[in-house]
Amino acid sequence: MTSATMTHSAPATAETAAPFLELSGLRKAYPGVLALDDFSMAVSPGEVIGIVGENGAGKSTLMKILGGVIAPDAGTIAIDGVPRRALGVAESIAAGIAFVHQELNLFDNLDVAANVLIGREPRRGGWLRLVDRERQRAIVAPILARLGASFGTDAPLAGLSLAQRQMVEIAKALSLDARLVILDEPTSSLPASETDKLLGVVAGLKAHGVSVIFITHRLHEVEIVADRVIALRDGRTAGALRKDEIGRDRMVRLMVGRTLAAPEAAPAPAAGAVALRARGVRTSAHPRGGVDLDLRRGEILGLAGLVGSGRSEFARALFGVDPMVSGELEIDGRPFKPRSAADAVAAGVFLVPEDRKSSGVLLDLPVAHNITLPDLRAHSRGFMVSAAMERATAEAQRRSLSIKAPNLATETALLSGGNQQKVVLAKWLAMSPRAMILDEPTRGIDVGAKAEIYRIVRALAASGVAVLMISSDMEEVIGVSHRIAVMHRGTISGILGPEDFGEENILLLAIGAAAKGNRAA
Amino acid sequence: MNKKDAGLLALILFVGAVVAILNPRFLLPINISNTSNLVGLFGLSAIGQAFVIITGGIELSVGSVIALVGVLFVDFIAVEGVPWPLAFAAMLALGVAIGTVHGLLVTRLRMQPFVVTLCGLLIYRGAARFYTQDATAGFGFGQNFPTLEWLTAGRTYGVPHSVVALAIVATGMWVVLHRSVFGRHLYAVGKNEEAARYSGIRTGRVVVAAYVICGALTAISAVFFAMYTRSISPASHGNFYELYAIAAAVLGGFSLKGGEGSVIGVVLGTILLQELQNLVNLLGIPSSLNFSVMGGVILAGVLVDGQWSRFRERRRAVGAASTDQPITAPK
Repeated sequence: MTSATMTHSAPATAETAAPFLELSGLRKAYPGVLALDDFSMAVSPGEVIGIVGENGAGKSTLMKILGGVIAPDAGTIAIDGVPRRALGVAESIAAGIAFVHQELNLFDNLDVAANVLIGREPRRGGWLRLVDRERQRAIVAPILARLGASFGTDAPLAGLSLAQRQMVEIAKALSLDARLVILDEPTSSLPASETDKLLGVVAGLKAHGVSVIFITHRLHEVEIVADRVIALRDGRTAGALRKDEIGRDRMVRLMVGRTLAAPEAAPAPAAGAVALRARGVRTSAHPRGGVDLDLRRGEILGLAGLVGSGRSEFARALFGVDPMVSGELEIDGRPFKPRSAADAVAAGVFLVPEDRKSSGVLLDLPVAHNITLPDLRAHSRGFMVSAAMERATAEAQRRSLSIKAPNLATETALLSGGNQQKVVLAKWLAMSPRAMILDEPTRGIDVGAKAEIYRIVRALAASGVAVLMISSDMEEVIGVSHRIAVMHRGTISGILGPEDFGEENILLLAIGAAAKGNRAA
Repeated sequence: MNKKDAGLLALILFVGAVVAILNPRFLLPINISNTSNLVGLFGLSAIGQAFVIITGGIELSVGSVIALVGVLFVDFIAVEGVPWPLAFAAMLALGVAIGTVHGLLVTRLRMQPFVVTLCGLLIYRGAARFYTQDATAGFGFGQNFPTLEWLTAGRTYGVPHSVVALAIVATGMWVVLHRSVFGRHLYAVGKNEEAARYSGIRTGRVVVAAYVICGALTAISAVFFAMYTRSISPASHGNFYELYAIAAAVLGGFSLKGGEGSVIGVVLGTILLQELQNLVNLLGIPSSLNFSVMGGVILAGVLVDGQWSRFRERRRAVGAASTDQPITAPK
């Protein structure tokens, strides 16, 4: 069992002291998903632990438990040998656990010292409560020196690079006497030179006896800095590796691990004509990238990749809501330059967006109004909306997608997530799509509704529509797609045919390595 | 008519009944006729304001536009000798132009509506004062425009024509807002601009159109105001009128966040405001307290409304939670 491997002191970490933080048997369930199951881990002072796992493996649940944001359903968290059922946010801070999140909690309009001591400013002037700038500098300067920062306490934050800002976050953690710094995907948006710098800071923390948990998709960084690695999969510890065992192939194998029950094979379509052609499409998220992709009629092309690989940005560029930095698009062989969603809709390119509640549906409008919203003119006589025509369309969609709603005048907010998503689909299916882009179409939807949505998507493709399906759910991508394109840092790192479908291949491409048996398509 | 509007109507009738008991002169035809004339005048611009508020915006320059259009219109027909239909068309065009500029500044250049229209408030007021050199614009002795006067300030069977105009405009705008494709888009943009955009609506155009409608209706009401007062002192004419319009919309159930409100609501809001003004006069309350009464009533109204909907929401949430339980009882 894995816990045995973990409690085993590896030779490389034999000199480390007794663990100050011990997690055992942590479990956290959400409706329909076991986010964390029987997870155990011990952290010793000065240890660097890499945690790897796919999207949804349970990493963020673990972080939330450590940060005191959520309480586990079972298990204990022992700090300095004192076990507790859960941490509060204040207890987590008091225990010396500090986070550096992907999205930094910093203030652009303040200088470095003010950011480090935000909310804890040294005061002077009695009841005037003025900020003691001198003392502030005196506190922050040694921390920056310890981190080897190239900037001073008075540097305005706005002028710092991303890696430097992360250093400010780490300085903030150290000023709180952190014993454990948790870095969540710290390098995902850093260029190589900055990454090296950050890895140097991690080594420096270790040298000062501060422990680090390093969460990343970039496995070679784990190889460089981690003393040991824990791989998470489906909320469980898939395995643990000692320093001398860490290697990319082993990590990937642990992350993927399970053998999937053979997914319902999607019947391969006859090779259709190219409906949507993308050449060198770059978005502001990855201005150095460039997507080349052919989406054929009648196929479901899965678009896999890690969070932040630029998939949603690509989708939004296709739909005209985000500007393209450069690149060319064609619809059915004709140039296509969407400058707004209205342009894309007019060309028959529709998007089911990632965030259903903010951009998919208007929650406080009736179901029927949502369904006809994009195409009201077709439901009107003169400039007046025809209630009869609207009802007919909405009713037809409700039947064919079996949308469960008391009636068509029901506020969309009152529907379940799965039915809301069907409403989003319905508004496009009521028109005639040429290309349908689905961005995480089943996120936050229960299993039954998922199956129904897959049925709808397959029927849509079978009717000759080109479907691009972005998904972080491996089973979904493999089970529903005819082909799978994998995105890495704003480019397509590979396209897999059904014979090469497999989590390992997808993951390798997603982290920028070559897939096994991958044919470039 | 929805529940909110019905509640507002009940409040109007209740206040009316109380005032009528305290001072029966409230029900004199001449008092009702005069009060409804004011409802007509203010209602026209309030409906315009309502369109902007539905988009989540605000139009603060209404009073200044009423002054500017007023002095220009009177000067055109009384001094320059421009035929009044032509002058009226020009004023309408000016209102549309102002609305277009405001709308484009808000949508294309992403300026905040409050800022854009606050600057408009200052600019147009200055322009009006400059145009007449701060002199009062008015008609010469014996100068008459019988048709225009009959149309704008006349009465038929005691019904002021401003009320007729309001009825026509309100009906038209009711159709636009509650039955047309554009009205649907307007509510969608006001409720959730992003989701509207993701549904392929050209949200910028919708917002500009709302400001244009507001500008046009403000210009129309400005002509009515000009013909009602017949003399326009550019420094004070129309002062605070935008606030009457905003207050009417808020009383009528509009949310300044956008996406909510009805034409009936804003008309009822205007009626209530004028009723309150009338009440101050008839009940011998010092007229200096005029604004305070209005402010107090609006505050109370919005407070009660907000608490009431919170209460209903809680009840609905409790109800939804209980229906989550499996239902085992036979039907």
